[in-house]
Amino acid sequence: MPAIETIGLEKTYRLGFWRKTARQALRPLTLAVEEGEIFGYLGPNGAGKTTTLKLLMGLVFPTGGSARILGMELDDPRMRRQIGFLPEQPYFYDYLTAPELLNYYAQLSGLTGRDRKRRVEEMLARVGLAEAERMQLRKFSKGMLQRLGIAQAILHDPKLVFLDEPMSGLDPLGRREVRDLIQSLKDEGKTVFFSTHILSDAEALCDRVAVLCRGELRGVGVIAELEAKRTGRVEVVWRGLSALAEVRNLALECHASKNDTARATVTEGNLDAVLDVLRRGSAQIISAMPVRSTLEDYFIERLQADPQDEPGSTAASPDSDAPVREVAQ
Amino acid sequence: MRSILLVAFNTFREAVRDRVLYNLIVFALLLIGASFLVGQISIGIERQVLISLGLTAISLFGVVIAVFIGVGLVSKEIEKRTIYTVLTRPVRRWQFIVGKFFGLFGTLVVNTFFMAIGFFAALALQAHRLQWADGWLVVALWFIVLEFVIITALALLFSSFSTPLESAVFAFVLFIIGTFSEDLREFAQAAHGLTRIVASGAAYLVPNLAALNVVGRVAHDQALPPSLIFYNTIYAALYATAAVAAAVLIFERRDMK
Repeated sequence: MPAIETIGLEKTYRLGFWRKTARQALRPLTLAVEEGEIFGYLGPNGAGKTTTLKLLMGLVFPTGGSARILGMELDDPRMRRQIGFLPEQPYFYDYLTAPELLNYYAQLSGLTGRDRKRRVEEMLARVGLAEAERMQLRKFSKGMLQRLGIAQAILHDPKLVFLDEPMSGLDPLGRREVRDLIQSLKDEGKTVFFSTHILSDAEALCDRVAVLCRGELRGVGVIAELEAKRTGRVEVVWRGLSALAEVRNLALECHASKNDTARATVTEGNLDAVLDVLRRGSAQIISAMPVRSTLEDYFIERLQADPQDEPGSTAASPDSDAPVREVAQ
Repeated sequence: MRSILLVAFNTFREAVRDRVLYNLIVFALLLIGASFLVGQISIGIERQVLISLGLTAISLFGVVIAVFIGVGLVSKEIEKRTIYTVLTRPVRRWQFIVGKFFGLFGTLVVNTFFMAIGFFAALALQAHRLQWADGWLVVALWFIVLEFVIITALALLFSSFSTPLESAVFAFVLFIIGTFSEDLREFAQAAHGLTRIVASGAAYLVPNLAALNVVGRVAHDQALPPSLIFYNTIYAALYATAAVAAAVLIFERRDMK
């Protein structure tokens, strides 16, 4: 059973006083996220990431399609006990302190007595807010609010955690802490679905990613397979610049540095010719490494792809052979 | 039930932390000032003036609080996105609305309780004793609380679909029309044709706050029929239930954009 399953889930907002203007925020989305995965939901701003999360969280209602979380309907209170949610740029009741807020949420999530007290203290310590327990939230920095947001999302030990732009507003150290935290959630066997437009975070954390653009799913990829994909290019690094001009003619790109070393990207077909040139010029070859595909390559490729040209297949489970699966609408 | 109580308590806590109960200090100063002034400008009718002033102030303070907090009860939560982390827990939307209602109503009851203590203290100071007729003042206070039930429910209803400013305007307009609802009913009875139908409809739709205003009668120690207490209580409960139910119906279908 997938942790998250959507079938043709879509959302169109009606705008204007008479609600005559329609804006399709999410085109029919068919997607499955397996239990125990860290799933990255990527896309530029305005792609429909937050709309998808709001639909899954029951904060907005779909205009078409359906979705199930942990095999249950979106409005099922039993399901709500097993999920955690961090909204984008979270804002909380600023008249409360962090323990008061977590206590309130713990009570709403059904935690009682000693268990509640213990979980609140644990969460505050885990996100490094134990020192600030007497401070009202109106005095919290953006980073502190983000950490508190993560604490409230995992407070009740959910099976599945939804994080909307969890690294937003954090400094490099804070981002690292959140990354470690997401990794530890995976180690605990939890499923994490997080949206981001920071590709390095997704690359470092995710098992699979989906790319969304203008409300449309452009593809789903397994990160490991994506990175293992050959690009047909090789990066060559050498010392000694006497053959530089000749290599430039053969390479796709070529850069020389001041310390007598140079780097060129060449096609696999031209590699032997380039190496011959370097040997003739008595250059010292330092390395010749195949260029692997990056998430960024995939992301850009998907954003530029015309969805109308894509073959019809549905994205979903991680056990398909293809490293990258396309989704036609 | 537990979720409703939790949301209600948090709403009450917000009002207290936002220093809403500070209005009690203003009320206390008003009563103290009035007690001194009344003795000098209204010889022989000090008691009536003090009762009128005290009960009207309790009512107005409460209505202002009900409207200004009530109109933001839902819209502020959506605007600030605090609602996201509540509704994604095992809390039904109707529980959130009902919890909000009871949270604000509870705030008003506590506020009215302390005002009532101050009011009776001022009366005791003025007359050097309390009398049996003062029992009707408790009934008048009960009617004021019923008025708050209605205004809170209406403010919540407007808050569930419009901005705080629009909601405040709607709520105050309804409060004013409701205060003069008996005039509207008389006008409806005197009118003919379509005007009569429209006026009658409006008269039954707006809250009959005039029936809850017994300040003049209790100030002159007039007895109130038990049937009035019964019907007013039933009326306020039904009206508020209808308004909260409408708020729930709207909120259940609303997208949290």
